[in-house]
Amino acid sequence: MKTLFERSRPGRRAASLPALDVPQAQAPQNLRRQSPPQLPELSEVEVVRHFTGLSRLNFGVDVGFYPLGSCTMKYNPKFTEEAARLPGLADLHPLLAQIEGGGPLTQGALTLLAELEEQLCRITGMDAFTLQPLAGAHGELTGIMLMAAYHRRRGNKRSLVLVPDSAHGTNPASAAMAGYQVVPVPSKDGVMDPEAFEAKLNDQVAGVMMTCPNTLGLFETHLARIAEAAHRVDALMYYDGANLNAILGYAKPAELGFDIVHLNLHKTFGTPHGGGGPGAGPVGVVERLAGFLPVPRLARAAEGLTLDFDRPESIGRIAPFYGNFGVLVKAYAYILALGGEGLKRVAEHAVLNANYLRVKLGRRWQVALDKPCLHEVVFSAADKLAAHHISAMDVAKALIDEGFHPPTVYFPLVVKEALMIEPTETETRETLDEFVAAMERIADAAETDPDKLKAAPVTTPVGRLDEVGAARNLDVALAPKCFG
Amino acid sequence: MDFMPHTDQDRRAMLAEIGLGSLAELFESIPPGLRARSWDLAPGLSEPEVSRRLQELAGLNARGLTCFLGAGFYDHFIPAAVDALLSRGEFYTAYTPYQAETSQGTLQSIYEYQTAICRLTGLEAANASLYDGGTALFEAAMMAVRRTRRRKLLVGASVNPIYRAMLRTYTANLDLEVVEAEVLDRGSLDGLIDDKTAGLILQNPDFFGRVHDLGPCFAKAAEHKALAIMSCYPLALGLFKSPGEMGADIALGEGQSLGLPLSFGGPYLGFMAVKKDLIRAMPGRVVGRTVDGQGRVGYCLTLQTREQHIRREKATSNICTNQALCALAALIYLSLLGETGLKEVAELNLAKAAYARQRLAALPGLRLVDEGPWFNEFRVELPQEAEPIVARLLEKGLAAGLPLGRYYPGQERNLLVAVTEKRTRAEIDRLAEALEALS
Amino acid sequence: MVETIKEAKYTNEHEWVRVEGELAVIGITAYAAEQLGDITYVELPAIGAELEQMGELGVIESVKAAADFYSPLKGVVAEANEALADDPGIINRDCYGQGWLVKLKDYESQGLDNLMDAAAYEVFVGGL
Repeated sequence: MKTLFERSRPGRRAASLPALDVPQAQAPQNLRRQSPPQLPELSEVEVVRHFTGLSRLNFGVDVGFYPLGSCTMKYNPKFTEEAARLPGLADLHPLLAQIEGGGPLTQGALTLLAELEEQLCRITGMDAFTLQPLAGAHGELTGIMLMAAYHRRRGNKRSLVLVPDSAHGTNPASAAMAGYQVVPVPSKDGVMDPEAFEAKLNDQVAGVMMTCPNTLGLFETHLARIAEAAHRVDALMYYDGANLNAILGYAKPAELGFDIVHLNLHKTFGTPHGGGGPGAGPVGVVERLAGFLPVPRLARAAEGLTLDFDRPESIGRIAPFYGNFGVLVKAYAYILALGGEGLKRVAEHAVLNANYLRVKLGRRWQVALDKPCLHEVVFSAADKLAAHHISAMDVAKALIDEGFHPPTVYFPLVVKEALMIEPTETETRETLDEFVAAMERIADAAETDPDKLKAAPVTTPVGRLDEVGAARNLDVALAPKCFG
Repeated sequence: MDFMPHTDQDRRAMLAEIGLGSLAELFESIPPGLRARSWDLAPGLSEPEVSRRLQELAGLNARGLTCFLGAGFYDHFIPAAVDALLSRGEFYTAYTPYQAETSQGTLQSIYEYQTAICRLTGLEAANASLYDGGTALFEAAMMAVRRTRRRKLLVGASVNPIYRAMLRTYTANLDLEVVEAEVLDRGSLDGLIDDKTAGLILQNPDFFGRVHDLGPCFAKAAEHKALAIMSCYPLALGLFKSPGEMGADIALGEGQSLGLPLSFGGPYLGFMAVKKDLIRAMPGRVVGRTVDGQGRVGYCLTLQTREQHIRREKATSNICTNQALCALAALIYLSLLGETGLKEVAELNLAKAAYARQRLAALPGLRLVDEGPWFNEFRVELPQEAEPIVARLLEKGLAAGLPLGRYYPGQERNLLVAVTEKRTRAEIDRLAEALEALS
Repeated sequence: MVETIKEAKYTNEHEWVRVEGELAVIGITAYAAEQLGDITYVELPAIGAELEQMGELGVIESVKAAADFYSPLKGVVAEANEALADDPGIINRDCYGQGWLVKLKDYESQGLDNLMDAAAYEVFVGGL
């Protein structure tokens, strides 16, 4: 498809602006822009057709099955979209809540935030939440900064963070960004090996970052022992909430021994992924860490809810305001709609769907670990690679031609040619059966017609792209015609 | 209300396939001692009931306020087409475009967004977005630190105080020296900038709405081999000198003014553009243009090896989700306004603010604090403390501006007033009359 | 079958080093190049940079990984292979010849004793 810039024609205009009703003003000549920005000039119909056309090149949950492991691509309910766009919420300037006289004009928004914090505390068992982190990875960074604040306060000098070898890439990246060194701990039978863990545990360890169930879809069965050992050396337990969808109502991170938790509202709580954001990554803590939470905190005063900036032990401001409010509204509405029973049923059906796939796919495909899973299941295409030179990537591309979005590939790193499948709870049995049938066709093709798989996808606007060329000859923006 | 499509029949058949008798058996791997001891949330509501509750909450907030409040986040006009296009399910229910062939919509739009940001800022490479202007500022500072291997950062005091607070939080334990100083011209850099300085961070227009030519300051940074970093207001770039024209190495800022609602603090949009030689040091996703096996043009994520999912602890940042849908909104906004429209919006802002200054400066007891030139925001000093006056005007449906005392001790009588293209002459007159009546 | 050259010594991070008169020539092994896949970019050190043995020398990027590479010997960077800027793929095609990365001067030759010879390196790789 042509780019906007290629469609541009001088003199075309879309947006209409009011005529000047005040005297014109002049910007001083020496401060004016010399070269124009060369933005496209198009009519509104052209803009609408362009983006409508682009959308039709895309695949979303609204189009079809999207079983990306650890991403929880569940259906995004439409009533939440409406909620976030309500004029009293979408038009509100954030600074209003911070000026005298603005309190009475923002009680609705502040109440929503307070209720959401309360809901998340009940769901996770934690004592306090901050809604400020703007994404899951941002929540991780915030959580690690809270960890660091805790140790500073205790006079502990800690430099290490332990993670399982199956950890998501953001875990070590976040720890490193906060100045810690990361030490991986090996797994045994798919879960963190408690003996290996205790061997690496010492008084240099600030904390342990885990997700449960882990990236293999397995409950970390040794958690009680791991948490106890960690707490004995005053190391903190951090829960990466990416996989919370599996245990809603069945286990609470606080009761599993975790001290800090981050949640991904765009995963577990149904807010849309947006093609890569915006998300939200609220962080919950146990009472003894609450003093370190970022400012401002919500507080109750005689006149209603207020913002408290006077928190001497706080790590400070990690976001410009109170979080991605427009995303928080959607999660709040989602939780209201599902309620306690509904959230529990989410976990039940997420796990039901994943195990159904595990059993049915397991007839032709090699499951990474032969035991029941929770909300996601990992397969390996290593046997296909050895026998027919068909890799996980080939399987993924072939699935696109079958009308599905591929699962996550090559993650977790501990499984060769990994295919990580998370169906979520919002898929029908028929969809799952269709997916299994497609995977059977691919297994057949691997044996009888591997070249067909290697050529996939052929039903998309473009085939496999030259990613090496893209990296070697970087073209990341269209150069304007007369650019310096 | 829930969204699980399973019938009892489905459940029975599926459990049978798995070889289990009940849903509860699915959770046998959770040791009994680790099971939830309680589960205490209100029951779920139907759609009309949720809708009512949200409307109730929305109704408890300000409605129809005439807004002169800015401070980095502005009440700008957003054409209806932006939201209409953003609401297409193929865009907003998609994930990060890791499987390029089935995500060309997202990928091409990011490439176009990158192009638009490059052209707006006059720099050569942009990323797919960061969370907001404040985290973008921190990321730029870290780029300077990594690139120069120096540990000192020089930040102008008229950079948004919210961003300076965020920077202090993020750098607290990184063994860096962050110096905040009033930098108005090249001369004020003497004695401040040296060969230990990794980067110089300035904002234009600054927090008080003043417009500068940062060229001389950035030239001085270059002399010391420090990176020149500019935090900017994208709408102002329709009219004023771009970061590229002023010699910036990195441009960043808040993209909220490009088609994003105020939405009580987010989601917003951090944009960043850099000179070509810094592209590999830039955090965030980057989309590249390439071809497929048949020579057809396509787009894919590139330079991913810098990112967390490959580089892990050596990653340039830990960013995973960015603000893709917000970047799309900004792109759609810029396409609808186009080159001439953007200039016109900037001129409207300039003119309306000039008119407001003229009216307010004429009021007895009020005076302009600065000399200008300005873009669309300016400080006035009131005869008394600003907060109580602003509070009284809020009751009348007028948000007169930001009282500066909370962010700048000593400036309790100062008010920061923003005037966008949405403010009519009548509204500005009303502000002047209201201030006159109260002062 | 791992490709190695007899004249070089090897590190357990898959770099090789070969003495050429006053200079020590450094590159990555065929095994490393194969693991990385198509190389897209190389970040080379500055001329004059001083390295300890196994100090970080630079980064090699491919589409699937970004790997640090290390200096097999203590020394000073005398030359860096500029040809790699336009064609990083040379490393994939000729990692022991045209695909060299860096040449060191004033290097500490005792460091060579800590390194593996070709046979030992092949055994090392076989065990991975």
